Amino acid sequence: MNEINICLPLIAISAPLIASILIYILGEHIGKNAREAITFISSAILLISVYSLVPHVLKGEAIEIIFLEIVKGVNFSFNIDAAGMVFACVASTLWVLTSCYSVGYMRGHGEKNQTGYFSAFAICIFATIGLCFSANLITFFIFFEILTIGTYPLVVHYRDEEGRRSGRKYLAYTLISGQIFFASIVIIYMFTGTLEFKAGGFIKPDMLPMPLMLILFIMMVGAGAVKAGLMPLHSWLPAAMVAPTPVSALLHAVAVVKAGAFCTLRVVLYVFGPEAAKACHGAEILSYMAVITIIVSSLIAIRKDNLKARLAFSTVGQLSYIILGISMLTPESSVGAIYHIVAHAFMKITLFMCAGAIFVTAHKKNISEMVGIGRRMPITMGAFTTASVALAGFPFFVGFVSKANIILGAMKINNLLFSMTLVVSALLALTYLMPVVLIGFKKDIINEEFQKKDDANLMMRIPLVITAVISVILGISPNFGLHLYTLAEIAAKSIFG
Amino acid sequence: MMRNLPALIIIFPLVSALLSVFLSKISLYLGRNLVITSIFISLALSIVQLREVIINGPISYKFGNYAVPYGIEFKIDTINAIMLVMICIIGLLTGLFSTNFEENSKDRIKIGGSHALIALLCVGMLGMTSTGDVFNLYVFLEVTSLSGYVLIALGGSKGVVSAFRYLLIGTVAATFYLLGVAMLYSVTGTLNMQDMHDILSSRANDDTMLIAMCMFIAAFGIKMALFPFHGWQPSAYTHAQTGARPLIAGVMGKIPAYAMFRYLYCVYGTEFKYFRYFLIVIGALSVMGMIYGSVRAMAQTDIRKMLAYSSVAQISYITLGFAIGTPIAIAGSFLHMFGHAFMKGGLFFASGSIRYKYGIVDMNDFGYIYKKMPLTSALLSISALSMIGIPPTVGFFSKWYLALGAAGEREYIYIAILVISSLLNAIYFFKMIEKIFMAKDRDLKPIGRDSVMELPWTMMIPIVISILMILGLGLFNVKIINILLMSLGGIGI
Repeated sequence: MNEINICLPLIAISAPLIASILIYILGEHIGKNAREAITFISSAILLISVYSLVPHVLKGEAIEIIFLEIVKGVNFSFNIDAAGMVFACVASTLWVLTSCYSVGYMRGHGEKNQTGYFSAFAICIFATIGLCFSANLITFFIFFEILTIGTYPLVVHYRDEEGRRSGRKYLAYTLISGQIFFASIVIIYMFTGTLEFKAGGFIKPDMLPMPLMLILFIMMVGAGAVKAGLMPLHSWLPAAMVAPTPVSALLHAVAVVKAGAFCTLRVVLYVFGPEAAKACHGAEILSYMAVITIIVSSLIAIRKDNLKARLAFSTVGQLSYIILGISMLTPESSVGAIYHIVAHAFMKITLFMCAGAIFVTAHKKNISEMVGIGRRMPITMGAFTTASVALAGFPFFVGFVSKANIILGAMKINNLLFSMTLVVSALLALTYLMPVVLIGFKKDIINEEFQKKDDANLMMRIPLVITAVISVILGISPNFGLHLYTLAEIAAKSIFG
Repeated sequence: MMRNLPALIIIFPLVSALLSVFLSKISLYLGRNLVITSIFISLALSIVQLREVIINGPISYKFGNYAVPYGIEFKIDTINAIMLVMICIIGLLTGLFSTNFEENSKDRIKIGGSHALIALLCVGMLGMTSTGDVFNLYVFLEVTSLSGYVLIALGGSKGVVSAFRYLLIGTVAATFYLLGVAMLYSVTGTLNMQDMHDILSSRANDDTMLIAMCMFIAAFGIKMALFPFHGWQPSAYTHAQTGARPLIAGVMGKIPAYAMFRYLYCVYGTEFKYFRYFLIVIGALSVMGMIYGSVRAMAQTDIRKMLAYSSVAQISYITLGFAIGTPIAIAGSFLHMFGHAFMKGGLFFASGSIRYKYGIVDMNDFGYIYKKMPLTSALLSISALSMIGIPPTVGFFSKWYLALGAAGEREYIYIAILVISSLLNAIYFFKMIEKIFMAKDRDLKPIGRDSVMELPWTMMIPIVISILMILGLGLFNVKIINILLMSLGGIGI
């Protein structure tokens, strides 16, 4: 344990915060390029510092940092563990790529309020990294709420009536669930006297009599479930689609929904723990809700013609994979769930970036208007195809790795329903994504303007190609680069022993 | 000098208030500057005193060296030592802030006089906080009230009407208080709080105490605008003199709340037979106030009125902590008191600045004000988030301690109400934030002098300090809580 170990997480967390403040203060007074440079420099700093923490976590070193006593008896502290590390790696990698894409998108589309946009974006990343590293529920909750508030300006980016409505809806869902989360944290602290996350949970199964325990569990999980779009709490997510596409990409692939899934992970496996979660039947209820969400959301997605809306419902379904994996309470499914945070992030962000690229370049929102677009934007549509196939869970694509693990877990507890759900949902994913690909590459000449090759600009093309390539590489070799799969295994091992 | 600290803190503003009007006759701004300087000296002294109290324990100061039960005593423990600092800070900021609202007027009496009143208001509140004598409390209560009436009346013709309403109801409150004191005096024969507590707990006078307590709750309830005694408050806060409004809205309501705490826990004490019943009554009033204030606030478009109704809800947070009654909840109440002084004070600084620059108070005209006044909008947003209770602002942490106290007493209904109240706050404060950031640009023309800076520095300082305090009190709340718990150790249930 040397000083560098302590400095790195601090640098990682403060880089986006400082970036956000700098952008907000200087944004209107310095040139566009200088403003974007702040984003890129800080995202590079974040990336390097997070990556260099990986070896320490792999070696099993405990990295704990205590700042100050934030409320009486509880410290504001960070503890970097394997599960948090996985999420931090994903968030920091995708921030770099999304920033690059944002610049291309926002300029290509001539958006207003860009300063506020980049500033709020950095705040969201700051909150996400904070979430990953939080050592206890209070610290976690602080970042959780910062994330809620930080996302709000992004949702209402266009400042019009529709944006305002979506913003209200978003706040209603997240603030209500957040406040209930707060109340349950208070109650837990009252009963246990601690809030520190512990792999395997710190709540004893007999802490409270049965119905109360279940109510507490539902109150705790609610906040994560809302952010992760678990049905019937999902309706803010499609509404938030009015925001610019990079925001949707961030919301739906990286920060907010994943924070929700991560919150569920922390609550179920690090606060309640497998035993208590099973004893109060909360995990069971959660898993059935996830199953329903997976099927229903896929069926809704099939009917959506707006590409972004279709992807939004796909996100709702995919996030429930993670929740399902967590709530099965087996080591295999937990590995799958944690790894699906990675897998889904890369696949879905590719899809969203493609949708945004099509919108900026060809000004098409609806799938029915995209006949033959593959001819005009071959690289974009190529990436889209790759990500679609990966999302359906084909072998040698990243989606397969996580899904196979979750199915393994389902088999281990002999639950046919869960395994069937995953298989059926893979088919459904094909049903709603493949038509886009097929329409895109149709030979009929309906849209004259699609005959000439004119792909998205470079700032948008590069990131989406990178994410598509990563989702293939990670499918072939899940441990490529950052050993994310091993990290997920370490996390599962620490929980289940 | 050190021995006389409690008295000196009050004497400086008092003397400056008396001199202010005469000095204005000599030189236009001399009286005003004297007032600001004197409050600054009081602030410095109160910080020194806080340090003293933390290190050496409570100070008892006897006026004229008369022995305790006979003479007037000032009793300073860590709780009111911090409150004195708070009053001085807000008083100083308000003193600076309100200098901008009389630039055009060359009326010497008005300039000197309005600052004299701010100083007197500070004197009254400082005295009410420091004193350990029930009749002395009445005197300072009247000083506070009278200067409050005039400051409200200075806010134009509507101000006069609302000040008159406040005057009527405020007089009733003062009478109630005096009646209560008389009753207790008839059974104890003493006016010293500590002495009264000792006598009351040794003899059973439950019925007299019961009636007296009802009187006190009515009296202080009116003074702090606790639901359902709040009728005078919204119009008074709305129409008070713009410059003095942060002090009136931010601090004035909290001192009676502290006095009520003194009566409940220091004079009566938990051994009082009907103690629990009173806690339930206060808890019920607080719960109703939290809901009622927020619901009424939602309907307002005038920012001042919205904030006034929000104060009805927020004062209930403070009394809710008293009603829960554990040390941690009471500490949460006081933390909320300090935090809210800066939140509400800050919101009124910001709204006052907007009015100063553009002459508007209706939130529908606030469109794109964040481009024109970024710092002011930042303060509005941060205070609003703190009101809702979003971490890491102070509002979250006070709510945490209140909820923790409620959970400890198994009062889950209070937790539920805290949650509901935060959400109601969110509704109207996000309405305000929407207006600031998203409403249509109104092409506002600055009234008065156009300047390069967003605002004159005397307005910038209060705004910046409010932002820093809201965040700072939040992040370092444990220090405050520890200091509060030093005195709360023996108090509570």
